[in-house]
Amino acid sequence: MINLARRDIAHHLKSYLLTGLGLGLLIGVTLTMAGVYRGMVDDAKVLLRAVDADIWVVQQNTLGPFAEPSSVPDDLYRALLGLDGVVQAGNVSFLTMQVSREGKSQRVMVAGFEQGKPGGPAFLIAGRPISRAHYEAVADTKTGFRVGDVVRIRRNDYTVVGLTRRMVSSNGDPMLFIPLKDAQEAQFLKDNDAIVEDRQRLATNPAINRPGQPGVLGAVQAIQTSSHKVNAVLLRVQPGTDARALADSIARWQRYTAYTRDDMEEILVAKLIATAAKQIGLFLIILAVVSAAIVAFIIYTMTLGKIKEIAVLKLIGARDRSIAAMIMQEALGLGVIGFFVGKFAATLWAPAFPKYVLLETGDALRAFVLTLVVCALASVLAIRAALKIDPAEAIGG
Amino acid sequence: MMKMIRRNLYLILGAVAFLAAFVWLLTTRGPLAPVGVELASVSRADLSPSVYGIGTLEAQHAYAVGPIQAGRILRVLVDQGDTVKAGQLLAEVDPVDLRQRAEAARNGVGRARQAAQAAQAQVTEADSRAKLAQANSDRYAALVKQKFIAREMADSRQHEATAAGAALAAARANAAGAQREISRAEAELKGIGQLQSSLRLLSPVDGVVTAREAEPGATVVAGQAVVRLVDPDRLWVRARVDQARAQGIQVGQKADIVLRSAPGKALPGKVARIDLQSDAVTEERIVNVAFEAAPGQLYLGELAEVDIHLLDTRNVLTVPRAAIAQRNNQPGVWQMVDGHARFKTVQLGVHTAERVQVVSGLAEGDSLIVYSAKQLDEEVRVREQKLTQP
Repeated sequence: MINLARRDIAHHLKSYLLTGLGLGLLIGVTLTMAGVYRGMVDDAKVLLRAVDADIWVVQQNTLGPFAEPSSVPDDLYRALLGLDGVVQAGNVSFLTMQVSREGKSQRVMVAGFEQGKPGGPAFLIAGRPISRAHYEAVADTKTGFRVGDVVRIRRNDYTVVGLTRRMVSSNGDPMLFIPLKDAQEAQFLKDNDAIVEDRQRLATNPAINRPGQPGVLGAVQAIQTSSHKVNAVLLRVQPGTDARALADSIARWQRYTAYTRDDMEEILVAKLIATAAKQIGLFLIILAVVSAAIVAFIIYTMTLGKIKEIAVLKLIGARDRSIAAMIMQEALGLGVIGFFVGKFAATLWAPAFPKYVLLETGDALRAFVLTLVVCALASVLAIRAALKIDPAEAIGG
Repeated sequence: MMKMIRRNLYLILGAVAFLAAFVWLLTTRGPLAPVGVELASVSRADLSPSVYGIGTLEAQHAYAVGPIQAGRILRVLVDQGDTVKAGQLLAEVDPVDLRQRAEAARNGVGRARQAAQAAQAQVTEADSRAKLAQANSDRYAALVKQKFIAREMADSRQHEATAAGAALAAARANAAGAQREISRAEAELKGIGQLQSSLRLLSPVDGVVTAREAEPGATVVAGQAVVRLVDPDRLWVRARVDQARAQGIQVGQKADIVLRSAPGKALPGKVARIDLQSDAVTEERIVNVAFEAAPGQLYLGELAEVDIHLLDTRNVLTVPRAAIAQRNNQPGVWQMVDGHARFKTVQLGVHTAERVQVVSGLAEGDSLIVYSAKQLDEEVRVREQKLTQP
């Protein structure tokens, strides 16, 4: 039996392929939107994955260092290391700020960590890890920094010694890792003018600057400029230890709030980016529905455009089944072409986005099935319309 | 018919080309792509490890010169930056009534001397009286023996002689007391003199004035500094070194000192002292690094970075530090085996900023993964590729 679809497509090859390309770009946009959504969720989790901590200890009754401000003493880790099952403990501090390089300012999340303890970059793509206790940095490649660049954070210059990749905050700001002590200073140290003004304010306070007690003023000033706080303490536990039970025991006896990795993920995904993710998610749904509708309309109108040919076919005695098969095959063919073009386009332009776009294979498969289902449904409508065509139209009209 | 075949050929060629591009894109950029890695090999090298610390430029000895009791500053003779000699007068505290008290004490001494002279004269008089009374008594005693006079008269003379002797002893004691009174008054005068000299604040060393903390007219309490001095030949950097990296630091090791004001210039120095008492709060060891040759002008309190050179290690197996990863709390490296990542536990030795010594676990020439485009996991597919543009 002769394949009507192949003949028809060969006849209108150019317009068929162009229609497929158009559909493909539309599907590509939908896939990209799904990628943007997935990328957003992934951004929120990437830090947790990289840091690879089992328990996050934060200030009591706060939602950790990202969703709410938290500060804990930097010697708390000593008490935590003594707990049964804890293998490693690391102080970390996080601060989103502008850093400047060659006069240009760049928004980054500065992460302070202790070398060899949890909280640092998991892998490098260039350079070397931080080896000095001060003034060295490892940057995410998205910052645009290169090894050897000098960046300024507050009053100190830092040399970028290494580069890493996919290390972003939940907002998608690239991260800059620096030694913890520097990060503490960057976070809690005031600018010079404020320090000088504070000194003068204290000096004029008669309760502190008493005649006859010259040492008091100096002591108070020294207290004000030193900081021994960090944002969180990260713990890694021995394999086989129940992190949940350990976290509960820390919350109960150490009087700090402790989150397991799952809790933290819940905070980051469900609380921190909830609204933004919902926004994108809703838009994605609308885009998918609209795309499906457009695909259906195109296939439907394409069929209606062939009324004359179908009438001729009918006139020369083509069976309904052959005509239905032709329409169905053409529709599915368009769907397949569209899907592949869309996937191709999305994969091609995804890396160009400023924020991470994650194209999941599962999403692609879902999109493929959905495309075929929509094409099939649309072709059913078109078939119904085609079968109603009166063969007489071939001669009339 | 020919046209039809050619058209079909184009179509097939186009489809194949598209599919090929699709597969290429998916396997190089998409989720199915192997992780790009950069490789290096284990090589022998000499390692010169160093420890880094930051600190401030401080004087080994700082002198705070102030009065030993509360007083008002009368004058301050030196200012910041002045060079002073040991014993030089720096400042003076207002003596208030001390001069008058000294005058009184001097008068007291004179009076005591005169009192002593009077007492001495009294001794002379009593002595003479006693001698006379004794002679009379002896004479009367002889007369009694010859029975020329009544015994009662002789007894009376005897009594007079004894009384005169006692008066002499009293006068002598008085004279001695008067002498002691002179010593006391002199000591008091001397004390006041010392007090007066303590109001003159003298430099304990040859040094430089770093601060002038009180001005004439100000009242200072005991122990409060009026002038601060340092010995400019004994300046060093009081550096703080992370305890975790402080192992191996010894007195005498060479070090580079970089002052914040001259970031490009490393001054030679050496470890002069390691404080026994570390900072328990910041978990840092205090290492004092002295200059080999004191550079010209230094400013105290300036931030300085020190790089202390530890013992060199010669000809050892090394790998780049970026290659070191942690897995299950064990250090190791990732290796590419048949296109898959495998973790290999290694034992590490000394390290510099760039390289680290491998004690065991790898042999010379072994290949290993230095950089990876993603976090590696066991058995992940990897492919060698340049990750960054030079």
